[in-house]
Amino acid sequence: MTDDTRVLGLAGLQALIDALGLRGYTVIGPTVRDGAIVNAPISSLDDLPRGIGDEQDAAHYRLRDRGDEALFGFAAGAQSAKPVLFPSDELLWRSRRTADVTVIDREVEPPPGPPYALIGVRSCDLRAILMHDQILLERTAADVHYAARRAESFVVAVACTDPAGTCFCVSMDTGPSPRGGYDLALTELYADGEHRFVVAVGTDRGAEVLAEVAATTATADDVAVAERVITEASGRMGRALQTDGLKYLLYANVESPHWDDVASRCLACTNCTLVCPTCFCTSVEDVTDLTGVNAERHRVWDSCFSEEFSYIHGGSVRESTRSRYRQWITHKLAAWEDQFGSFGCVGCGRCITWCPAGIDITVEAAALRGTPRKTSQRS
Amino acid sequence: MTEAPALPKLAVWKFASCDGCQLTLLNCEDELLTIVGAVNIAYFPEATRAVVAGPYDVSLVEGSITTPEDAERIHEIRSMSRSLVTIGACATAGGIQALRNFGSVAEFRSIVYAHPEYLSTLDRSTPISAHVNVDFELRGCPVDKIQLLEVLASALQSRNPRIPTYSVCVECKRRGNICVTVANGTPCLGPVTQAGCGALCPSFARGCYGCFGPQDSPNMAGFTERLRGLGMSDEDAVRIYRTFNADAEAFRAESERISPSKEDAAR
Ligand code: SF4
Ligand code: SF4
Repeated sequence: MTDDTRVLGLAGLQALIDALGLRGYTVIGPTVRDGAIVNAPISSLDDLPRGIGDEQDAAHYRLRDRGDEALFGFAAGAQSAKPVLFPSDELLWRSRRTADVTVIDREVEPPPGPPYALIGVRSCDLRAILMHDQILLERTAADVHYAARRAESFVVAVACTDPAGTCFCVSMDTGPSPRGGYDLALTELYADGEHRFVVAVGTDRGAEVLAEVAATTATADDVAVAERVITEASGRMGRALQTDGLKYLLYANVESPHWDDVASRCLACTNCTLVCPTCFCTSVEDVTDLTGVNAERHRVWDSCFSEEFSYIHGGSVRESTRSRYRQWITHKLAAWEDQFGSFGCVGCGRCITWCPAGIDITVEAAALRGTPRKTSQRS
Repeated sequence: MTEAPALPKLAVWKFASCDGCQLTLLNCEDELLTIVGAVNIAYFPEATRAVVAGPYDVSLVEGSITTPEDAERIHEIRSMSRSLVTIGACATAGGIQALRNFGSVAEFRSIVYAHPEYLSTLDRSTPISAHVNVDFELRGCPVDKIQLLEVLASALQSRNPRIPTYSVCVECKRRGNICVTVANGTPCLGPVTQAGCGALCPSFARGCYGCFGPQDSPNMAGFTERLRGLGMSDEDAVRIYRTFNADAEAFRAESERISPSKEDAAR
């Protein structure tokens, strides 16, 4: 944190939400819905989950009463920012057949909604957004819809002060405190003295908005307390993943008998991929109406756990669940590095929490380390 | 003036069923006019008394085969239909009436009817595909309106219908539903059930009842383990596997594997 580290009180945070709203942003933040933390449009501090914490374990998620006033006292919510920036169903274009010509209407192209201001983005999820920037924008044909939404979005990150039982961002070196990629980053202090937010500025745009709200310069004490709560949070990760040599471990275990063990438990339900902030696989669906005059092309979330996903002429490439789980974890922890230069996992723990079978990526990776390797086999 | 090309002829047939799937077609209120404009409704007793003789371009078949007469009638219908599409759990998996397949029809008959000798019924309730070739099987109890329209559109346009076979979980996550099992401990058949309903029950915080039958890669043994983990007895698990799709292969086999009843084990 630098000299321009600032401090906001509760009224200041409300003023920040108001300022973003006035600038035309749809402000999205954490709320409580159906027993979970869910991102939704917010306009007031009252929309935030005040005093709510979470309890997360394999196949287990419950909200709990914290007995304090913390507004961000929970870890990764049910979803990351993915559904906002990279929605599950994106209309790509429409076409209409007239008597002599087919007209393709690309007017549905960006911007498909108002610009978004995302409040409360966690460090792991922010890192996932930066990965999507790299994957979806730097490829030969950039995803225009994502590009438009992303260019206009404003990010207010929040450091995690109370990680959950399935968190392991420290192992993946992605948290718990955001390091860049944000416009503003907050660290919530509520246990000592006044309820306040230490604010780090990441961009000029962030500084501009902050100038409109009553932020004071942070004292040395504020900064020290913020650093302390983050250090403490780092020590309270619920899970750990040993990352050294991970890539080679996975590549060496292509034929491990352990995949059969996972497959006996895995339901091939796709939940892990659909809650993962970095998973970006989609398929394209064409729909026509009954008359055949109107057609639409949609891009929808898909998953390597679905049989149809790897369907090519003649059949599905990955018919067994064994091969699907292996594909997924090997992409996350090995092939991603060859492709994009980092692990494809940011340690948010969602795939562990939301897997109805309680399959745990950290446990499966550790099990592979314990598996005696077969040296002479090919896939 | 040249004559407009003749519209494709649509027929809707009923076997042992509750009529709910046919009603789904009638419930397409916004689309009914388009349907009437796109096809000639040639045979659909639930909607109109007018009957146009076959052959038919598309036959939608609701219901399962439960009587000797029906077992013959379905062959006639097949021979009159260019494309035959079954609609619903009854026509596709035998329906809830396939519960008879796990018991003794003679016994049921003697308990329920004062004069069972007047009944002519088969021992088993079977899907249409057990009797004739079927061009497409649309799942659901009842079928989903949007999927039904897609199947009709695809039949009219001579293309494959776009009906996914993955799990209900995909629909939950695309909709932004919170998993009822993970966040509330509610048993839900979603992970082993094929999508199609738009994740209707979980959208109202209830577990999935499996109306669309098994998904394409159901891990039934793994799923039963999870139900046990949620505190469900095997007896209850057998019950939830045996509802609208009781005789769908994956559900049937698992219910028999874990059934505590001797009768089932011997089957
Ligand atoms: S693989 Fe699992 S822990 Fe890693 S980023 Fe994806 S959901 Fe989070
Ligand atoms: S690992 Fe878990 S969430 Fe992923 S497909 Fe298998 S059972 Fe579903």
